[in-house]
Amino acid sequence: MERLWRGALPPVLILALWETSARTGAMTYASLSYPSAIVRAGANALLDGSLLLSTWQTCQAALLGLALGSAIGVLLGSALGLSNIAQRAAGPTFDAMRAVPSVALMPLSLLLLGWGLAMEVSVIAYSCCWPVMIATSAAVRGVEPRLLEVADALELTPLARLWKIVLPAAFARIGVGVRIALGIALVVAVTIEIAVNPRGLGYALVLAQQSLKPDLMFGQILWLAAIGFALNAVLSMADTVRGAP
Amino acid sequence: MTLIGGDVADQSEGVAATATPALRLRGVCARFGAAVNRPVLDRVSFDVCPGEFLCIVGPSGCGKTTLLRLLAGLMKPSAGTLEFEGSAIRGPSRARAIVFQDYANALLPWRTVEGNIALALEGAGVSREGRAERVCGLVKKMGLETAARQYPQQLSGGMQQRVQIARCLAQQPRVMLMDEPFGALDAITRQILQDELLALAAEQGVTVVFITHDLEEAIYLGDRVIVLAANPGRIAETIDVRLPRPRNQLTTREAPQFLAHRHRLFGLLQGH
Repeated sequence: MERLWRGALPPVLILALWETSARTGAMTYASLSYPSAIVRAGANALLDGSLLLSTWQTCQAALLGLALGSAIGVLLGSALGLSNIAQRAAGPTFDAMRAVPSVALMPLSLLLLGWGLAMEVSVIAYSCCWPVMIATSAAVRGVEPRLLEVADALELTPLARLWKIVLPAAFARIGVGVRIALGIALVVAVTIEIAVNPRGLGYALVLAQQSLKPDLMFGQILWLAAIGFALNAVLSMADTVRGAP
Repeated sequence: MTLIGGDVADQSEGVAATATPALRLRGVCARFGAAVNRPVLDRVSFDVCPGEFLCIVGPSGCGKTTLLRLLAGLMKPSAGTLEFEGSAIRGPSRARAIVFQDYANALLPWRTVEGNIALALEGAGVSREGRAERVCGLVKKMGLETAARQYPQQLSGGMQQRVQIARCLAQQPRVMLMDEPFGALDAITRQILQDELLALAAEQGVTVVFITHDLEEAIYLGDRVIVLAANPGRIAETIDVRLPRPRNQLTTREAPQFLAHRHRLFGLLQGH
């Protein structure tokens, strides 16, 4: 408890200093605002529903993109992990594709799909599929060989073998890839919204900045941090659940 | 009926009169990699009769496990032929179940005991209702009632091996191939499972090929014991056990014939 107190002391002091210097007029923050104004602006945006709407839009795109990207990643990763031929034939292609920064695809997907959810999801899915593909391929290669012999001895069909043995055995390690992809999904979603797509938290940030509302902008950044923190907490919870039989 | 090493042509004549054996090996060789000039198995030939309990003993490195993997169809021989009920073994078959020594690796850790047993039935395309019924029966038969809804890692080694045997029985195999199944278990659990296995094999009329490095276990369980020699793996001796059944952990092991076999096998494994 005492250690917690000591850890909280520096940020509390900084916030207090920031607040009093702004209130007393000792300093003026034209583009930085100050703590109480930031909290007020954030609370207002939360109450009038605008913050929740943009949060929904960003999370919708991020989670849809993550789901689509993970599905593609598991599919590609399984193929690469199960077949040496696929690995040799397609591995270099995927390595080259992976090297393209996903945000560089924004202009292309904008041209193809226009503004809106679809273009955002497509770029997020592209970014998310690689870590999942790599994790899946490694996980599938690492499946206990004895289990594959059991599948052989029971004459399971290739599909049953994949679905009943390989993927469940690889599940935990695929989860690591999905976790990495989730972080990427959120970053890419906000980036796309800031750069080109007029929706979601990223666009709201740009609007607040351009209409000279630094208090609202800081409020939104704090909100984003809270979302990231919450997602991480949910994932580590999923981790502990997975640890049990 | 019993055939040992050497010339392939001679041996085939010896069994011409008998019925189709469950398993037939002729001149089987196995080697790992082309560069290795010394084979793991060198011209191994023998037959296994339907319903027979055959034990194979030998020092480590004599190719016991390789032999079993060949019989399961998990591996192909570099020379020679393997037949199952008169037709060549081309790959794994549900009719030939294999019980691995490392039960912890062979069971699916994300499935319960029931789920693990059901896997064999799913492989065979049994309907959901049929599966539930047969799993229930096997759980009872193997004494797994209290563990049915537990996960393998929550069970003792003996119980886990019971689950693996139950899964193999679910395949309704005609041959059970067992690779040192009790090697990792404590002495008491091993004796209990030995007796359960003998009762099961007798009841199901299933043919068993049982690999062990424990020569007393081989004599206790087997109708016949094949002794393999190492480098290269080949048949050193075949012994007809001819001890009365049902066998008993005390009286069978004290029988003069048991001790005679034990002396003989001990000598063979020492290299005399």
